[in-house]
Amino acid sequence: MSNSPRFNIMSSLIACRECDLLQREIVLPPGGTACCSRCGAVLHRSKPDSLDRTLAFTVGAAVLFILANVFPVVGLEAQGNRTSTTLFGTVRTLHDQGMTSVAVLVFVTTILMPMLDIGAMLYMLLPIRLGVVPKGLPAVFRLVQTVRPWGMVEVFMLGTLVSLAKLSHIAAVRPGIALWSFGMLMFLVAAAAVSFEAHDFWAQVAAAGRRGRRFHAKTAGMETAR
Amino acid sequence: MTTTTAAEAGMLGCHACGLLSRPSAAGHTLECARCGASLHVRKPYSISRTWAFLMAAAILYIPANVLPVMETGSLFGAQKDTILSGVVYLWTSGSWPLAAIIFVASIMVPGGKLLALTVLLVSVQRRSSWNPLERTKLYRMVELVGRWSMVDIYVVAILTALVQFKALATIKAGPGAIAFGAVVVLTMFAAESFDPRLIWDPLEEPQRHG
Repeated sequence: MSNSPRFNIMSSLIACRECDLLQREIVLPPGGTACCSRCGAVLHRSKPDSLDRTLAFTVGAAVLFILANVFPVVGLEAQGNRTSTTLFGTVRTLHDQGMTSVAVLVFVTTILMPMLDIGAMLYMLLPIRLGVVPKGLPAVFRLVQTVRPWGMVEVFMLGTLVSLAKLSHIAAVRPGIALWSFGMLMFLVAAAAVSFEAHDFWAQVAAAGRRGRRFHAKTAGMETAR
Repeated sequence: MTTTTAAEAGMLGCHACGLLSRPSAAGHTLECARCGASLHVRKPYSISRTWAFLMAAAILYIPANVLPVMETGSLFGAQKDTILSGVVYLWTSGSWPLAAIIFVASIMVPGGKLLALTVLLVSVQRRSSWNPLERTKLYRMVELVGRWSMVDIYVVAILTALVQFKALATIKAGPGAIAFGAVVVLTMFAAESFDPRLIWDPLEEPQRHG
């Protein structure tokens, strides 16, 4: 961790993000949760293998995300006519109808933001797992924080189910591969978000940073010896 | 019970990574030593920004509900549906679970969000010390539930993409969808710019002076 001269870091104290109450950090039993004593907000959790689990869920989510975007979400058959659409197809149709702002909203919330979320998590977690601190880690961490509320995979899933139910009265509905992928993706994205524990994450980053420095010191030492 | 907040102790908690730091030089833009996010005692201009987003959302709430979100063209003529008429149609055609989902997500949630944020803003501006815990819970609810309003936008998006049978029926998104999408986005921005710590700040004052 960088030792900026302007800061003293209070590692044993913690401020509640929702009511700003200062509290002493406590050591939790595995699986325990520390809540703010005043407003009840979660301060931190102790999760065994938090980062490994998050990484596993994120890798799964990445695979499903690709499937969910490549294959059609749903097909429709009415009196010999067939239509089907992929996720991006819905964006394009809206755009073609002159509803560009709605198209952008759908694109951003169902494709762009989940993609950035999954990509950024992989970019951070894979190298950390191997003991390396990736370049630009703080910026990527903040990106995830900004992007996350705008990824709405689970809401899209509900919207799809509602439209299928609406259409089932008038036509034969054929759920596509992407629909199942979306259903699974929804759970994996949620699981990855829940299992991620910032506390453990920064501890690992600090550990990886220390190892990295020691490694560099060693190689530098070898060079001077030679 | 004696309580101290980070602000009173002259410390700043990072909004992104949670690290607590004590800035020794006042002024300037401060950055978190760990994740580089800019640090603030409270979210900057929280109340005015939240009001701005909230008012914009309240204005657009009207066209969102009055203008059609979906236009259906079929052999039997054209039909324009607003959010409410869509719910009524679902209800009368017997799909009451769907009617309930859309009613809650598209009418109750955005309306409730506008009301809840107004209550929170007014109470904070009056430095009310009334039931801060309940108000914090209200804020959490607003943050949690807001995204589900997008359901109607996705329904319109999928229906427009699928129902393109030139001779039989076509569905187009209506101008109401733009206004409705804007309401959802603006209320999400409003919730994000509100700082729940402001709810608790008036409680510190008597201690400080007494």
